[in-house]
Order: sequence, then structure tokens, then C-alpha cells
Amino acid sequence: MSVTMPPQHPVEDPKPTQGKSLTKAAKAKNTLTSPWATAAAIIIALVWTIPTVALFMTSLIPGDRYRTDAWWTVLADGGLTFDNFNQVLFDSFGDNSTAPPLLEYVFNSIVVTVPSVVFPVVLGLMAAYAFAWIPFRGSNFLFVLIFALQVVPLQLALIPLLRILGPDNLGLAGEFGGVWIAHTIFALPLSVFLLHNFVSHIPREVLEAARVDGASHTQMFFRIIIPLSLPAVASLAIFQFLWVWNDLLVSAVFGSANTYPLTYPISNLAGDYGQYAYLVPPAAFISMIIPLIVFFSLQRYFVRGLLAGSTKG
Amino acid sequence: MGSTALSGRSVIAAGDLGADFWASQGQNLLFAGVAIVAFIAIVALIMFGADLIKGGARDKVQLVVLVAPVLLLLGVGLIYPAVDTAWLSFNEITQAPDPDTGIYTTTMQFIGLDNYRFAFSDPSTLRTILNTFVWMILVPLLSTGFGLAYAVFIDRAKGEKVLKSLVFMPMAISLVGASVIWGNIMYDYNQVGEQTGMLNALRELVGLDPYNFLRDSPWNTFWLIVILVWIQTGFAMVILSAAIKGVPAEMNEAASLDGASAWQRFWRITVPSIRSTIVVVLTTITIMALKVYDIVRTVTQGRDNTDIVANRMYVLSFVEGREALGAALAVILFIFVIPVVVYNVRSLNKVKETH
Repeated sequence: MSVTMPPQHPVEDPKPTQGKSLTKAAKAKNTLTSPWATAAAIIIALVWTIPTVALFMTSLIPGDRYRTDAWWTVLADGGLTFDNFNQVLFDSFGDNSTAPPLLEYVFNSIVVTVPSVVFPVVLGLMAAYAFAWIPFRGSNFLFVLIFALQVVPLQLALIPLLRILGPDNLGLAGEFGGVWIAHTIFALPLSVFLLHNFVSHIPREVLEAARVDGASHTQMFFRIIIPLSLPAVASLAIFQFLWVWNDLLVSAVFGSANTYPLTYPISNLAGDYGQYAYLVPPAAFISMIIPLIVFFSLQRYFVRGLLAGSTKG
Repeated sequence: MGSTALSGRSVIAAGDLGADFWASQGQNLLFAGVAIVAFIAIVALIMFGADLIKGGARDKVQLVVLVAPVLLLLGVGLIYPAVDTAWLSFNEITQAPDPDTGIYTTTMQFIGLDNYRFAFSDPSTLRTILNTFVWMILVPLLSTGFGLAYAVFIDRAKGEKVLKSLVFMPMAISLVGASVIWGNIMYDYNQVGEQTGMLNALRELVGLDPYNFLRDSPWNTFWLIVILVWIQTGFAMVILSAAIKGVPAEMNEAASLDGASAWQRFWRITVPSIRSTIVVVLTTITIMALKVYDIVRTVTQGRDNTDIVANRMYVLSFVEGREALGAALAVILFIFVIPVVVYNVRSLNKVKETH
């Protein structure tokens, strides 16, 4: 999707260089900053932050007060407690007391996510190298096709792909293997495109020197392409990690009770306003902890990945 | 198992999980680990195997090894299914007992455009399509608008990085999580007693009656759209902010020497300079907005006229077993994105030509 972005090196630091050399006066003139703009920025920042804080506070309300008391009321009388987290994680999470604990879904999310990140990144890098550096007939057409596939709604593929993975064919639907394959397929267009953007900007001399030395494609891939594209691989991996961890559709269609990740039971119980509704906020908060850690610790790479151009199929 | 030093209650609770639980979770983790190692080993083996070939065939075989997995997976897993779905949408699936054997068999019958005719004439499905259209228009406009405004407001401000992170953070949250935040907490509505929802508490504070955000059609669709805008604004902001920083400072300086106000500079310099990036952001979010089903599924399940095509497609295909109609809705989604596909491919080719 970065097609209209400058066709330079895609992972350049987005930080400006010219801004730093400006004088203070020029800086001030350059911005729109006025008291109104500042006020608007603060309001936006608050509206974008408070809801998440409210989720955390709500998850601390004891179950018997969830219906009737708001979190600020419970906070004021000192009734907030971490009990819900214990109950959700280790006891049970669902519309009855025999439902499995959320911890089971935490593990499912990990098992679903990690291979679903590794597979498309490896396969994507291989294809990206071929499309960028090995001339062959149909190369351009195939690359444009893969690029176009990025925006095809994955809804279009769900029914037949489920049949292919289903009991009559591969027998992988409802298993982790089926979910991995589905996630891998849907990630490939973005993976190939994003890595191609990066790999194609490796200096030609580097590859030609190796070629002259008699290196084969395999040797070039392992000796040059992999080490040099690690930054792009990191960006893509983070992107794909957040995507898969937060996905609901693919897991709902290709998974089963044995494989459902965190999003699935939370989505189900969120619309159920019964006696276990108070378990939803703590569960939702738990589901966000890992992606938020990944996000805040690796934000730089994530932003680079976004800037390198990304739409998600 | 539970003997680890956890505080009282959780020892009991964690102990309740039992050895079975840990055994099966450990097995799953091991399975994932083995799958990754095996995958990498197989890929490496094939690639080095292809390296042993002597002579002119070597390069060709290695090229095939590099591109074949992706082409095969996309062909079998995306292109063929897309074509198959398109074909399915022109058919009707019926289950009837075979007249001779009495065994129930599934038959597919070509019915032309009937599924589409139904989709556009059945009031609730038509409503679903119109709602999707509203999402497709409002989400990109609002996200890009807020994102651009915020990016400009905080550009080179003190603490810009932190301010960016705050608005960008929802990008890390799942749509399900965001739906819980808004649907169960912000929009919560109680008929009697204290208002536990934050927005209704706020309304009470300023003397307004509590409002049932999720029931009041057609505005409830708008309140659902707000959730996706809340997520996507960070994306728009980050991309646009990077573009704004690419606008030469001299242009702004020259304009302000000519007496242009900040507002005029924004419209005459900033916006035209980053126009192409704005288009990229708008189209990316448009596509995103079309496909999102998580929010509707989590918050309203499509009740009260809030359904959208992506959710209805899921329900028809995987809950109600009406795959052919579901397929037609998937194709309708695709038709919505065709202009974007064409635009993207044309700009890609332009970039390639100038390269």
C-alpha cells in the first residue's frame, strides 16, 4: 500500500532530520500551535486513553456490585479487588461455572500465534528475494497479482478454504495446524510485498559481488538476504504477531474449542449480560497485556513496518 | 502444581487446574515448537538440497524452491477459493433425499443472480449492505480527520513521542477488546439505578437523561463506528505525522513570511504536500472497515439494525448453513474494494516505471 510513498529505502527512520536544524523561532512559526490546538490535542489524548483505564478499573469491581455500582463509586469506598483476575484466569471463564479458565485460552493464543508469525515471514522472504532479484518470465505479473491480493477480503476465501482444510480433505480444520495454515495464507500477500520493498533496496553491488564469486541463489539467500533483511523481518513479525493475537475471524472459522484464542470466548461472553458479565472486563484486560507489552517495547519497529506500507488481507 | 508461592486464593485456584491441564497445555506448546523447528528444517533441507544440483538446472530449481510455496499456498488457499466462492454465489445448495436410495445428498443448482437479487431486496440484508456502506465512508473520513488534526497539533510539541503513543496505543488492542471497552463500559446503560457506563454517567452529570446508545437505530451504527475510529486514528496519525515531517520547512517559513496564518498554511501547504499519503491512509482504512466483523459480533451481534455484511456473511455461512447467500455477500464486499485494487495496481506500476 505504500505505493505512493517515496520509493526509497522503506525502513528509514521516520524521525525528521531537518526539524532539528531549525532555529527556535522557525520552529514556533512552523506549527499550528495555539491554545485551541493544544486544548484539542489534550482532549483527543484523553478520549483515546481514558477508555482503557476505565476497562482496568471496571475489572476490579467485585462481581456482586458490577451491575449496580460504577467503578468510581467502588473506588471511593475502597471496594476494588483483584479477585476477578484470579477467578477468570484460574477458575473458569464463561456463562457457567464449569467453563474452562481463561489461562487455557492464553496458551491457545500463544500456540496459534507464534507459528503463524514464523511461517509467512520465512516463506515471504524467500519469495520476496526471488521477485526482487531473480529475473524470470511472469515475475512482474505474479508480483502485481500478489500485491493485489492484499486487499481481497478474506471473507471471499473462507468457505472453500474451510472445505479444503476440512475432514473430507486435509482434515486439519479445528486443529492448530489448520489455523496456522489459514493465517499463513492470509498473511503472505502483505509479507511478500513488505519484504520485497526492503529486499529490492539492498545495494546491487552486494549481490553482484557474491554472484561473481559463484554463489548460488540458496547461498545468497542465507548469506546476504537473511542477515540484511532482519530489520524488515522484525517489523513484519511484530505486525503479524499483533494481527494474529488480536484476530477473531480466522480462529473462529478454522479453529475449534481446542484451539480458540482469547478473543473468542471474550467476544461470546461480552454480548451476554447474564450473571457472569463481570468476568468480561478482567478477561479483556488480560488479553491486552501481551500485545501492549510487545507494542510498547517494540513500537519503533512497528511504526517502521507500517510506514513501509501495509494493508492487511 | 499449585505449590508455587502464590498468594492464598490463587494457590487453590491454580491447583484446581490439575496435572491434566498443564500436561495438555505443555503438549500444545511443544507441538508448536516442534512445528516451527520442523518447518525451518524442511525449508533449509530443500534449499540446500537444491544447492547440490550441478550445472545449469541449479538456478532454475532454486528459483522454483523460492517461489513455489508462496504461489502454491496463494493459488490453493486464496485464488481458487475466491473463484469458487464467486461461483457458489450463483448457485443454490439444496439437501434432499435421493429418490432412489433415500440418502440425503447435497446438490448445487445454478440460479444466476437470485442470491444477489435476494440480498438487495430482502430488507434486513439490504440494511446490512447500507450499513456497511456507511462504515466504509465514515470510518476512513473520521479516522483520517482526527489523525491528521492530532498529528498537526502535536507536531514538534513537547513530549510529542508520548502524546503519539497515547493515541497509537489502541492499535495494539484487539477489536474484541476495544468492543468490550466501549460496548460494555463506555456505552453501558442502566434503566434504573446508578449509571455505570461512563458516557451515561457524564450525561447525568450535566443533567441529561441516560441514553441507550446501542439500541437507538440508526445512531447505534454510528456508536459502533466510533469504536473502529478509536482504533484506526492512531494508524492514520502515525503515517500522516511522518509525511508532515517530510514537508520542507522552508515552504512553511516562506508562507508565514508572506503573512499566511497557520490555518492557511495547513490547507495550502501541508495538505497538498501530503495528499498522496492521505489517499493511502484513506484507502487502507476503507478496506479495513469493510472487512471488520469483530465489533458488530461482539457488541450487538447485528441486533437493532446494526448488522454489516462481514458479520452477516459469517453468520449465514458458518452458523445458519446458508453458504450460497454468504458467498454472495462476500462477493459484494469484494465488489466494494475493486476500485481500490485497480487504483493500487495502477500506482504500483507507476512507481515501478519511475524506478
